[in-house]
Amino acid sequence: MLLNVQNLNVMIPTQGGPLHAVQDVSFSVSKGETLCIVGESGCGKSVTALSLLGLLPKSAKRSASRMTFDGQDMITMSDKQIRALRGNRLSMIFQEPMTALNPLHTLGRQLTDVYMAHRRGNREAARQRAVYLLERVGIAKAAERLGQYPHELSGGLRQRVVIAMALMCEPELIVADEPTTALDVTIQAELLRLLAELQKSMGLGMIMITHDLGLVSRIADRVVVMYAGQVIENALAKELFENPKHPYTRALLGSVPDPSHPRMQPLPSIPGTVPSLVQKMEGCHFRDRCAFASEECRVPIPLVGVGAEHVARCIKTGAQAPNARSTAP
Amino acid sequence: MLNYALRRIFMACLLALFVSFLTYALIFTAGDPAAAIAGSASTAADAENIRQIYGFDDPLIVQYLRWVGNVLQGDLGNSLYFRQPVSEIILSRFAVTAQVGIFALIFAMLIAVPLGVAAGRWPNSLIDRGALFIAVVGQAVPSFWFALLLIIVFSITFPILPSSGLGTWRHYVLPVLVLGYFSMPAIMRLTRSGMISALETDYIRTARAMGLSERRVLFDYALRNAALPLISLSSAQFGFMLAGSVVVESVFAIPGAGRLAWESIGRADLPTVQALVLCFSLFYVLLTLLADMLNAALDPRMRMK
Ligand SMILES: Nc1ncnc2c1ncn2[C@@H]1O[C@H](COP(=O)(O)OP(=O)(O)OP(=O)(O)O)[C@@H](O)[C@H]1O
Ligand code: SF4
Ligand SMILES: [Mg+2]
Repeated sequence: MLLNVQNLNVMIPTQGGPLHAVQDVSFSVSKGETLCIVGESGCGKSVTALSLLGLLPKSAKRSASRMTFDGQDMITMSDKQIRALRGNRLSMIFQEPMTALNPLHTLGRQLTDVYMAHRRGNREAARQRAVYLLERVGIAKAAERLGQYPHELSGGLRQRVVIAMALMCEPELIVADEPTTALDVTIQAELLRLLAELQKSMGLGMIMITHDLGLVSRIADRVVVMYAGQVIENALAKELFENPKHPYTRALLGSVPDPSHPRMQPLPSIPGTVPSLVQKMEGCHFRDRCAFASEECRVPIPLVGVGAEHVARCIKTGAQAPNARSTAP
Repeated sequence: MLNYALRRIFMACLLALFVSFLTYALIFTAGDPAAAIAGSASTAADAENIRQIYGFDDPLIVQYLRWVGNVLQGDLGNSLYFRQPVSEIILSRFAVTAQVGIFALIFAMLIAVPLGVAAGRWPNSLIDRGALFIAVVGQAVPSFWFALLLIIVFSITFPILPSSGLGTWRHYVLPVLVLGYFSMPAIMRLTRSGMISALETDYIRTARAMGLSERRVLFDYALRNAALPLISLSSAQFGFMLAGSVVVESVFAIPGAGRLAWESIGRADLPTVQALVLCFSLFYVLLTLLADMLNAALDPRMRMK
C-alpha cells in the first residue's frame, strides 16, 4: 500500500472557535491506483489533501492514528524528511493555475528548481527533463517556453506547466485538488485526458479531488465520499455507482441522470445546508437533510462494512428512499 | 525592456523640466529679485542696474530659457555670500550629503529587511513584537533629539565617537545611525507585510508542495516578490533622508548640502538656494527612475507594459 491514512483529524482555530475540518478520515491508495474524493464545497477535501503534505496553515492541528507513505511513518517525520517527499515522491496539483506559479521566475527556472531540490544532478540535466516533460504535457516549442514567464501563458498552459512541475521527479503519487475547475470546459476535458494518460503510462497513484461525478465514474478505482468533515462512504468505484448505501451518496447519484456523461458537471445540489464544522456534532452530520433521519441518528455513527471493501456511515443503509430510485440492493 | 526604459527616461526628463521651472520660479518668491540680489544697503539705481544685467525685464519664458541654457553649461550663477560660482561650492557639499544618505539607506536596509523578513515569517512572535517596538519608537522620536541623545552617550559619556565634522569613518557613524534609524520603521513594516502576503500566495504553496527548501522559498520566492514595493519605498525614503540631512548636518556640523541650504536661506543667498533645490529635485527624479528600472529588472510583468 502506497499511502495509508487512518483516523485523520484536522482542527483549525477560528474566531468562532475550533473548526473541525477533518474528522476521523481514513483511506488508502495503492501503487498506480486512482482514488477519487468527492463531496460538497467545504466538506474538508482540500484540508485533507494539504494535511498529507504537511501544508496546513501553521495554526492547524493535525492528528492521526496512522499515516504512512510507502511504509514510512509520516506522523513522526521531521520537516526535512517530509520536504524530501514533497514534489519528489508525493506531488500536488492545485486548483488555481493562474496564481500557482511565481510571477518573477521563468518557467524553466521554476521547473528546474524542483529537480534541483531533490536530485544531485546539474541544471542541464534538469533542463532536459523540463523540456521532455513540457513536451509530454503537450506544450509545443518546449525549449523556447523555458525562458517565458507565467503571465505570458494562458490558464490551461499554466496548469500544464504545473503538471509538468509535479512530474519533474517521477513521483509515485499525485494529489490533484480540483485541477481543472478554474478552466474552460474544453480545456478541462483535454487536461483530464492528459492526466489520465500520464498516470497510466507512468504508473502513478493518484488522489483526484473533484465535484464531477462523470469524471469519477471514468477514472476512479475507488471513491471516498465526504460530508461535513467525515468520510460517509468508501467503496470501489463500480460498487459505489451500482450500489450506493449512504442516503447522501444516493441523493448525489440519484440526481445525476447519467454518471458517465462526458461533460463536466457541478456536484448536484441537495436541499438543505451543510452543518457548521465549528461545533462538533454528536450524531449523524447528514441528519438535518436526511429523509430517513430518526432519534437513533443522534448518537455518533460509525463507519460499518456494508459489502466487500465497502463501508458507509449510516445505520439505515438498507432502507429505501421514499422518493425511491432503484438503488437498494 | 528597452522600450520601457526609454519611456521612463523620457518621463523623467519631462519631470526634470517641470521641476526646473518651479525652481526657477523660486527666484520670484523673494519679491523683487533685483532688490534682493542688490542687498539691503543698495539704492534704486543699483537694483535697476542689476535688473539690466540679469535681464529681469525680459519675458519670463526668455529668462527661464536663458537660465536653463546656463545650467546646462554648468553655470548656476554666483553665490551672493561666497562671491564665487555656485557650481564650485555645491558639488562637494552635495557629494557629502549623498554619501551620508547612501550609507544611511544601506544601514537602514541591513537592519530593517532581515527584521522584516523574520517578523513576516513569524508574525506575533517575540521577534515580531520587538521589531514593532523599534518601529513605533523610530517613528515617534524626532531625529534631532535622537542625534543629541547619541552624542551625549557616545561622544560625552563614553567618548568613543566624534560628534562633529567628517574626517574618518568614525565621523560617519552617528550621522548615519540617526539618518538611517529614521527610515528603518517604514522599510521594516513594508518588508513584514510584503512577506506575510507573499507567504500566503498560491505560488509559495506550490513551491512548498514541490519540496523547495525553506531558504529558497523565503528568500528567492517570497522576498523577491516582497521586494518590489520595497524598492519604490526605499527611493522615497532616500528623498526623506535628503530632507532630514538638513537637521542631521546641522547637529553634527557636517559640511553637506543640507546644512548649506539651511544657512543659505538664512543669508538670503538666492542663487545657492536655487541651485540646491534644483540639485535635490533632479537627484530625486533620478532616484525614482532608478527605482523603476530596478523594479522592471525584477518584474517581467512591468517590462511588458
Ligand atoms: N486556512 C483556513 N482557515 C480557517 N478555516 C479553513 C481554512 N481552510 C479551510 N477551512 C475550513 O475548513 C473547511 C473545509 O475546507 P476545505 O477547503 O477542505 O473544503 P473543500 O472540501 O476543499 O471545499 P471546495 O470543494 O470548495 O474546495 C471549510 O469549512 C473551510 O471554511
Ligand atoms: S444515520 Fe440516520 S440521519 Fe444519518 S444518513 Fe443514516 S439514516 Fe440518515
Ligand atoms: Mg477545496
